[in-house]
Order: sequence, then C-alpha cells, then structure tokens
Amino acid sequence: MEIIMSILAGMLFTAGVYMILQKQILKIIIGTALLSHGAHLFIITMGKLNRGKPPILSEGVTNYVDPLPQALILTSIVISFGVTSFLLVLAYRTYQTNGTDNMEKLRGNENE
Amino acid sequence: MSNLAILPILLPLLTGIILVFLNKRLPLVRLITRIMVLVNLAVVSIIAFNVIQNGTIVLKAGDWTVPYGIVLVADPLAMLLVVTANLISVACAFYAFKSLDEHRERYYFYPLFQLLIAGVSGAFLTGDLFNLFVFFEVLLIASYGLIVLGGTKEQFRESFKYIIINLFSSMLFVTTVSFLYAVVGTVNMAQLAERVGEVQQDGVLTTIAILLLIVFATKGALFPLYFWLPKSYTVPPTVISALFGALLTKVGVYSILRVFSLIFVYNLSVTHQILLILAGFTLVFGVIGALSTNNVQLIIAYNIIPAVGYMILGIGVFSATALAGTVYYLLHDMIIKAALFFLVGAMVAYSGTSDLRKMGGIIKNQPLLGWLFFIAALALAGLPPFSGFIGKLLILRGAFEEGHYVLGVIGLVTSLLILLSVIRIFINGFWGEPKSEYVSNGNPVQGKILPAAFLLVFTVLLGLGAEFVYPTVQTIADQMIDPINYIDSVMKE
Repeated sequence: MEIIMSILAGMLFTAGVYMILQKQILKIIIGTALLSHGAHLFIITMGKLNRGKPPILSEGVTNYVDPLPQALILTSIVISFGVTSFLLVLAYRTYQTNGTDNMEKLRGNENE
Repeated sequence: MSNLAILPILLPLLTGIILVFLNKRLPLVRLITRIMVLVNLAVVSIIAFNVIQNGTIVLKAGDWTVPYGIVLVADPLAMLLVVTANLISVACAFYAFKSLDEHRERYYFYPLFQLLIAGVSGAFLTGDLFNLFVFFEVLLIASYGLIVLGGTKEQFRESFKYIIINLFSSMLFVTTVSFLYAVVGTVNMAQLAERVGEVQQDGVLTTIAILLLIVFATKGALFPLYFWLPKSYTVPPTVISALFGALLTKVGVYSILRVFSLIFVYNLSVTHQILLILAGFTLVFGVIGALSTNNVQLIIAYNIIPAVGYMILGIGVFSATALAGTVYYLLHDMIIKAALFFLVGAMVAYSGTSDLRKMGGIIKNQPLLGWLFFIAALALAGLPPFSGFIGKLLILRGAFEEGHYVLGVIGLVTSLLILLSVIRIFINGFWGEPKSEYVSNGNPVQGKILPAAFLLVFTVLLGLGAEFVYPTVQTIADQMIDPINYIDSVMKE
C-alpha cells in the first residue's frame, strides 16, 4: 500500500513540475496545487498506512495509527489552500494589469 | 516564566490582528504601530537579557511532553536575532510613515508588517522543524501581501515569480520533513539531534540534509538559487525592500545555521563541503551582479547575496571561531542591509531616478545623507571600526585556520569588490556636479535619514563595543559546536 501511494505521490509531483514549467499562469497555479497534493499524500504515507485504527495512544489501546502525520497534513492543507486562493486572485490581477497571462511576456528590464 | 518565550510572536501577531480592524482610521493605526514596535523592542530586549543571564527558556505549547508537542526555544542565538529583527522593525515602522503613499498605508501595510515580524520571530524561536515550516509560511504569506502592495505592473510581474519559487521550495520543505519523520521518527529539533546519530542511516540522512539545504538555499538566496532575489526585492517600495533584505534571507541563513550545526553534523565531509563550495560561488557571483548594474537599488539588492555567502562560508568551515563570525555577521548584516536600503531609497526619492548615471552631486544639498551613506558603505565592506569588520575577521580567520585558503582569499577579494560596488554609488551619486533635474516639492529626504541613522548607531556600537557583544557570541558558537546544552534544555523535565 505504501509503495502504491509513494508512486502516486511521485506521479503528482511529476505532473505538478510539468505544469509549473508551462507559460500560462493558470496552468502554473494548477501545477502548484498538484505539487501540494503530492506532498500531502506523501506525508500521510510516511506515517505508515493502517486502516481502521484510531490515531490515539491511550491506555489499553495497542493498535493505533501515528497521529502526528495527520496533524501535519491538516496544517499543510490549510496553508496550501490559503496560498492557492491568494495565487488565483494575484493571477487575475496580474492578467488585468499587464494584459497578458503568458510568462514569456512577463519578463523585462523596464526598470533598468 | 517559560511563557515569556512566546511574547515576541504574540505581541506583533495580536497587534497585526487589531490593526486589520482599525484599518479605516489611519492616524490611530500609525500611533498604535509606533507604540507597539517600541513596546515589542523593549519586551524582547528584556527577555534576551534574561536568557543570556539565566539560560535558555523553553516553552512547551499546550503543556505537551517534549517530543509530542511543539516547543519554542528562546536560546541566546534566537533571542539575539529576535532583538535585531525588532530593531529593524522599529526603524522600518518610522521610515514607513515618511516614505509610503497613503494609498499603500491604507491597504493593510501595517497589519502585514506586524504579521511578517511575528513570522520572523517565530521562525527564530521555534524548536520544531515542522513548526519552522509553519512560521516560514506565516512570514512568506505576509511578504506575498507586501510585495504586491500598490499593484504596479512591475510588482505583479516580479512578485508572481517570487511567490511561485517560494511555494515550490515550501512544498519541498514539507516533503523533506516527512522524509525525515519517516527515517528518524520525530520533528523536534533537539530529539532529531539526538537520534540522527543513533539511527545509522547515513546515506538517507545526507540526502535529506541536501534536500533541506536546497529549501533553505532558495529562501536564503544561495548560489545557484539566488536568481529570483534582486529584481523582486527592488520592485516594492523602499521600506518593504528593506524589510525583505534585512529579514527574509536571514531567516533562511539562520535555518541553515541551526540545522547544520544541530542536526546534520555527522557527515561533515559531504554536507559542509557542499556548503563551502556554494559559499565560494555565492560570494563571487553575488558581487559580480552588484558590479554589473547602474541601478542603485539593484546594487544594494545584489549585495545581499555575497553577505549570505560569507555566513554560509562560516557555517561550512564549522569551527568555533568561524561560527562566532557567522553569528556576528548575521546581526551586522540585518542592520546594515536595512540601513543601506533606507539611504538608497532616500537618494532615489531625492533625485527622482534610480539610475546612477543620472545622479550626481547630492552631497551638496544633503551632506548628512552623503556621510551616512559613506559610513554604511564602509561598514558593509567590513572596514574597521564598524560591525562588518569583526564578523568578517572571525569568519576569514576561521577559514584560514582550518586550511581553506582559496575560500579565504575569495572572501578577501570579494570584500574589496563589495567596497568598489558601493563606493561607486558614493562617487557617482554624491560627488560631481549636481544634476538637478528633479522638481523640488518639499524635502523628499526629510524623516528618512533618522531611521537609517538609528540603525547605523547600532552598526558602530556592534563594531566599537565588540568587547561587550563578542563573549556572548563566542558562547553561542561554542554551544553550537557542542549542542548538548541546547538538547538538554529542551529534552529534560
């Protein structure tokens, strides 16, 4: 199970990196979203995948899932959600102000 | 008592939240900011004094026992950096009143500024690797807000790249932390330091160390990952550039310092060798960048890079002398970068252009600005008696003592070239005939010199008063070589 999840996370990373290297801003944002999904999947895999067990260590319970990765993944999901929504707004404003969503055209040395 | 450790994070965080609600009333916001930065500076100074006198304060958040919960560790190194960061924040707050247009002030500059300080303090104080990621995100999200503030064409163009690069490195950070968790089974830095020696997984751990290095190198602008820095640091208004230049890259350097002195010290011949090589390239390429342009703001922004190179050189050499130099240089560099950005900002405001070729003779009308810039330039290049000298001296002495002659020489030559790059601003900008094409509307420099002078006072103090600061720094460095003190103070109880 861990192997399959790792491969899946790897595929998400690959797709994410490919999308980040595109020229269109929206594709780049989708790329970052894929990348963060890959990272999250990876965190949960690292804590060992055990189904049907509680993430609690209390007396008497010997069968439990490591709760720490679940706490980490939750934090990370919230952060990447916030950043992605910010990026979408920023992309829209960048498009409005600069009149293009092509990264090739978004470089320049006007300030020098 | 241990609750003191969270105050440097809590005060700016709460201030920031309150300021969001008061947004419509600008005079009140300015007043609160002014008071709170000073209060915060006083509070962190007291805590720092306390920590240096009586030892590290450890706060276990939520009273969880140590390896399970998040710990905040206010050790002397972290507190010194927090105090310096708050000095910058005081100077920036007072500079902002005079330099920002009201439009930007209204659109949440002050809340974002306070949240940035909260994030930076948190990153310095945390004793948990995942929590470090969280505070990185806090300060980065605040910086995303600040960098687009005002919404000009250039800002959008450069900030998008800045954000994507930081986002990518953050995701790599999370992935690396989960790798480390899988191998070592903890994210608490003190416990990591204990266990890394025990698990006997050198190959995997070295890979993880290098992945972490890539993450922090992106944040800290190390060769070859500094390409995003110069432009994105020059597009926002001066006060924001100063904040970024003084604080953000230094957080990356601090993280490298912490991680590569506490956790990954078992394979020095690989990890620290890489640091040394990168430091050499960072020094050379950064200073070449600084010499390559005529844009004064860009020259200062490029000068951030060789400074990072010096600090990484100190970490790579990894002797008590060199590490003391690194800490000293870290303190110095935060102060001097902010001061230089301020002064250059005042120059640009005065002459109405950032192109060095169109400036000239500013010293005729603004002698104080000129001489302050001269002092700042000397301090940056590391001439005695200013603070840069002590840091560089220690780092380079460490490098020569450990037999890294090539890097030592590169460091010395770079130092000269840094002097050349900033003196070029002084000669072309301040000397010569005044090219006064600017339209005089009031005094554009007024109020901008004071914050810079305030910071330069500390540069001089750090240089002349080295005897007072140096023993503390040396103790910090000794404890970094032998981190048993840090581990004990976190793990016991």
